[in-house]
Amino acid sequence: MSSDLVEITLLSLAVSGAATLISLLIGLPIGTWLALSRFRSRHLVLSVVNTGMALPPVVAGLFIALLLWRSGILGGLGLMYTPGAMVIAEVVIAVPVVTGLTVAGLGQLDPQLHLQLQGLGASRRQTVWWLWREARLPLLAAVMAAFGSVISEVGAAMMVGGNIAHETRVLTTSIVLETGRGEFGNAIVLGLVLLALAFIINGILTWAQQRGPRR
Amino acid sequence: MIATGMDRRAPRRATMAVGTVMLAALLAACSGTAASPAPASTPAATTPAASATPAATIAASGDLILATTTSTQDSGLLDVLVPAFEQASACKVKTVAVGSGAALKLGQDGNADVLMVHSPAAEKTFMDGGYGVNRQLLMHNMFEVVGPPADPAGIKGMTSAKDAFTKIADAKSTFVSRGDGSGTEAKELAIWKAAGITPDPAWYIKSGQGMGATLQIASEKKGYTLTDNATWLASKANLDLAPMVDSGDPSLLNIYHVIQVNPDKWPKVNAACAAAFSEYVLSPAGQKVIGGYGVDKYGQQLFVPDAGKVESTLTAP
Repeated sequence: MSSDLVEITLLSLAVSGAATLISLLIGLPIGTWLALSRFRSRHLVLSVVNTGMALPPVVAGLFIALLLWRSGILGGLGLMYTPGAMVIAEVVIAVPVVTGLTVAGLGQLDPQLHLQLQGLGASRRQTVWWLWREARLPLLAAVMAAFGSVISEVGAAMMVGGNIAHETRVLTTSIVLETGRGEFGNAIVLGLVLLALAFIINGILTWAQQRGPRR
Repeated sequence: MIATGMDRRAPRRATMAVGTVMLAALLAACSGTAASPAPASTPAATTPAASATPAATIAASGDLILATTTSTQDSGLLDVLVPAFEQASACKVKTVAVGSGAALKLGQDGNADVLMVHSPAAEKTFMDGGYGVNRQLLMHNMFEVVGPPADPAGIKGMTSAKDAFTKIADAKSTFVSRGDGSGTEAKELAIWKAAGITPDPAWYIKSGQGMGATLQIASEKKGYTLTDNATWLASKANLDLAPMVDSGDPSLLNIYHVIQVNPDKWPKVNAACAAAFSEYVLSPAGQKVIGGYGVDKYGQQLFVPDAGKVESTLTAP
């Protein structure tokens, strides 16, 4: 059990970490653009993004499975039942979280700040960087929320990963398997490992978030 | 607005922290993929004579998607059979354990390469549609009716599932069905049909889940359920249930077949590995693994290997 446990934990960390990173690379720019721009259907787009946070992971998994199955459009890639497919599905789950919380985080900044930066002659890139600095508390919260949403989800991981031993078995799908076999002790141990992992990651991120002068 | 010294450091710390965590995750990814071992397939494959491995298993390679029932997984059989096959070939098996109904659907859509199922009527429809080739009798065991030790319906020791179900319906005792299109559900519905009963939702529960989960629900709700005896033996230590009807009824025979998905209909299937898998599980080596499973842990065979036998000759104990 213990060598399997290490393997399962590393895979969970790898898949969820990669998914969080990719969703940051996608969600942060989109969220920033949405926060700073003004266009006609902005409210509609924001509503869609926020609704995306309520997307059930198993539905995201089903959607990706329909694409990745051999009978699907991307079937030729042979990604079904691989960690790559799990990362893709988890990105779909995490991007709305990152985007929505980025919009909210930047939206609560003083609007004068943006004008002041431009008045001081900041380039577009510098403006965005300074805004991100000022909003680092909510943005780090977005990272933690995204990571939390993917490390703990099981529907998508089951659906596109298949819970295959030594390949796509992660902490959450292992818990489902052990529970199904009535091995509740093992299931609880796996649950505690997952929580410990999330605690360590969030501990680091919270430390980064809370350093700096008290506001 | 002017950044103080500490202010300047905080966002850098934030970036560093996120970066460190992500780097750790990527390193974990690299070591994770390195650590998850591809089973040592090649050495075993080149010594065919010693392990009596059939020739076809050596030639095939690549990923093989095996769609099978929850009973073969929940009982633990696949945990020994799949590694045994992987050692005998260069194929890497991806087991998807869903109900027989879902497994057949995966095969029908070409999303699986080989099936191991136990739903004869549905399999016949599958074969008639031309979706499968080389359907072979693989193994069998028995279904059992299990229930609460108090036995409110008074069916313990009966030798006819049909009569037992009739008594359950008369007593309006809780009965938990799989309700998921599986082979076990198909057998259960056939028994209700033979008894001429439509179960009343007042006492008839559908779990919609695999055998392990369904047994737990039956245990918690003190209800009866139909289970294959392999999953039963593997799970009963954690359950508060007792066997009720477990011998003497030929209708409770639980027969498994292995079917290869038709490569003519779905060229993308790994036909070579599917054929290799089928050949292996039907070979003396594979049948030995199947027949030996459970003896150490539970004191009896969980599955009776049947390769090469005629289905109509199988009898209930």
